[in-house]
Amino acid sequence: MIELRTSPHMKASLSLPQIMRHVVYAIIPICLFAVYQFGISALALIIVVTLSCLLTELLFNNLSNKSTSKKNSLSDYTALITGLLLALTLPPGFPLWMGAIAGFIAIAMGKTLFGGLGFNLFNPALLGRAFVQAAFPVAITSWTPAGLTERFTQFIPSSLTLPFTIPVSMDGFSGATPLALQKFEATNTPVSNLFMGFTSGSIGETSTLLILLCGAYLIVRGIMGWRIPLAIIIAVILTSGIFFIFDKSYPSPFFMLTSGGLMLGALFMATDPVSAPVTPAGMWIFGLLIGVMTIIIRLFGGLPEGIMYAILFANASVPLIEAVSQPRKFGFVKEKVKKKEAQ
Amino acid sequence: MPLKDDHTITADTFLAGIWKENPVFVMLLGMCPVLAVTNSVINALAMGIATTFVLLCSSSLISLLRNLIPKEVRIATYIVIIATFVTITDYVIQAISLELYNALGAFIQLIVVNCMILGRAEAYASKNRLLKTITNSLGMGIGFSIALLCLGSVRELLGNGSLLGYSIFGDAFQPWVVMVLPPGGFIVLGAWLLLFNWIKERSAKTTSEALVTQKEFSNAR
Amino acid sequence: MTVDVPQNPTSQKRAPERASSLSMIITLGGIAMLSGLLVVLTWQLTLAPIRENQRIMIEKAIFQVIPGATQRRSYALTDKGLEDLEPQSHANKNSSSQDKYSQTKAAKNSTLKFYAAYDVQGQLKGIAAEAAAQGYADIVRLLYGYDPQCQCIRGFSIIKMAETPGLGDKILTDENFLDNFSALDARLSYDKKTLGNPIITVKHGSKNNPWEIDAISGATITSKAVGKAINQGAEQLLPKLYPYLQQLQTNSSLNALSLNLKKEKGEE
Repeated sequence: MIELRTSPHMKASLSLPQIMRHVVYAIIPICLFAVYQFGISALALIIVVTLSCLLTELLFNNLSNKSTSKKNSLSDYTALITGLLLALTLPPGFPLWMGAIAGFIAIAMGKTLFGGLGFNLFNPALLGRAFVQAAFPVAITSWTPAGLTERFTQFIPSSLTLPFTIPVSMDGFSGATPLALQKFEATNTPVSNLFMGFTSGSIGETSTLLILLCGAYLIVRGIMGWRIPLAIIIAVILTSGIFFIFDKSYPSPFFMLTSGGLMLGALFMATDPVSAPVTPAGMWIFGLLIGVMTIIIRLFGGLPEGIMYAILFANASVPLIEAVSQPRKFGFVKEKVKKKEAQ
Repeated sequence: MPLKDDHTITADTFLAGIWKENPVFVMLLGMCPVLAVTNSVINALAMGIATTFVLLCSSSLISLLRNLIPKEVRIATYIVIIATFVTITDYVIQAISLELYNALGAFIQLIVVNCMILGRAEAYASKNRLLKTITNSLGMGIGFSIALLCLGSVRELLGNGSLLGYSIFGDAFQPWVVMVLPPGGFIVLGAWLLLFNWIKERSAKTTSEALVTQKEFSNAR
Repeated sequence: MTVDVPQNPTSQKRAPERASSLSMIITLGGIAMLSGLLVVLTWQLTLAPIRENQRIMIEKAIFQVIPGATQRRSYALTDKGLEDLEPQSHANKNSSSQDKYSQTKAAKNSTLKFYAAYDVQGQLKGIAAEAAAQGYADIVRLLYGYDPQCQCIRGFSIIKMAETPGLGDKILTDENFLDNFSALDARLSYDKKTLGNPIITVKHGSKNNPWEIDAISGATITSKAVGKAINQGAEQLLPKLYPYLQQLQTNSSLNALSLNLKKEKGEE
């Protein structure tokens, strides 16, 4: 009745598309909340950016003759995830044509030019965002308040800007993000608003609670590692806590955790399995590095938000991190020990 | 010894620098000015002309003196000669326009360490006669300038919506600020290299295919 | 021994090719002399146009920040007092280079260099001075124009900055921002020791006083840098300059100018 087999016992692991499908499930609630908060502009932005990502992936598949074979990378959902995540990091009134360019750059420069999935050094979504941040610095810092009454019937004027033209001025329509308010005008936003997400900001970054729930789903499912997000959160609390203890004019750790794109970055961007380290100790170093860098950029940098550059910086240091965090090989004697014994 | 050299000047002597051995797109030499001063067409053009001038003058002088320079001190001699012409260029540009001089910044002085120029001196001018050296250096200089202009035009067009300061796309155009910033230099250089290599690969493929069919044809005969 | 064997023929072969130290020295020395000659020649030829270019550049900047000005003189404020940095006249030029050297040295130590700008009649129109503050990307260096008549800042021009194009460099084009400098209050306090009100940059749309600068929304950091630079510069220069304003108005403007004019005419 019990069939005995000698070890090792193999367990079928989840296939890549299966894993990615779960990630999409986890992102969808955040997208829905974004549309609820910012209306049809956010919806259009999500659709345009995602389509742009998918079409770019298709184009490069065709160029590299992968379209017909099994290697077609459209079916593994990763381009879709990149598109959704990228859209979530953009401001609600971001012109749609700029969103399309961000999507193109994310996939083309961030992923396919490195050799496709598994070879990219940087998180593609963040690379796309970094490009538009540098290319269109005004548009990407024009924020709109959440929950405008006419959000389901009207587009935010700048959304529908004609391609390659300057978006209309957002004067009178603008609402600074909590981080910008804190940094430039020393106004603190109530933490409960920050936690629930009724603030202005990038469309998908506002609700800390929702992002935590969605991230928890992935962690419980065993799809996402818990080390990196935890390390980031610990580093943020410690770093901002030190400043807060010595000088109360610095924002509190709780404000730092709940404001800006920190949660979205910690749970969905930094954990990207391709661009994060694979060794457990490396994950800790990686997460701590991101957390410390984020706080330093936020407090002392020119920009109010620093999570994007912190993650990109940490992505760039992954080879170094992995080099110093190699786990011990069992059954081998270390070179150094060997040498000592020889002497 | 000079008898061993081939003194015939062919079209290739001139064209090598423009296409087959383009200093930027093929040899990837002198990347510092290529990336740093190509944020507008006028800067790229000025840099191209300045570099071509230095290259041409230093190569000619080195070619003239090539039999006099002892081998042991040749690099030192080349550097002194190149530095002289760089200093002359520096003064002349200041006299022409201070605005241009400020825009080009330290990169005028840095022409002296442009490895393309020392490379030409060592690999070509010290081995070839004056006329041949001049032809080749001119080709190299023009090839370098063309590469700078390729980068400069794309960066100014996207980053400022203009070419040579004249607005192309009108007032409504949204400039891509990143293109005139340092990252833009890397991105545009990468794009041009991609294009250049793609074209080369394709032409190499078609010629090799043509060779194959030719062989098959002759075999069949 | 076995190692030496292959080396011997090569060293023997090379020995006759090796140039003597003398020929190396001669070549290098000769080329260095030739280079020196060429450089000096170019320097001689380009010196005048370069000086002219620099003068035009400075004057363009000064006349931009002080509307109506057509002439300028450079001065330095030291602990000893006011120093004229212009070469006094052509006659004095050769008198003593020692003096000139000490003068420029003093000017460097003092750091308070400024330009006085005059209109066609030789009347003082304003004072222009350099100032700098940390901007978004790098230090913003600018030249501001002070009008002693209304005791206010009349304008500024950027000498050097590396602010983000399209964002930070709006300080040069944004009309609302430039309106701040139609008459930015820079009155001295009652005891003439400091500025009456420090010049500060305030959030866009909240300018209430004539000494406040209305920031550009979206380019707050650069706007603040401009305000900070002008405030620091004016705070340092204006109180010290105050006792000499009268002297500048009368002494050097008309007299020196007429002197200069006479001299120039005489030479012609």
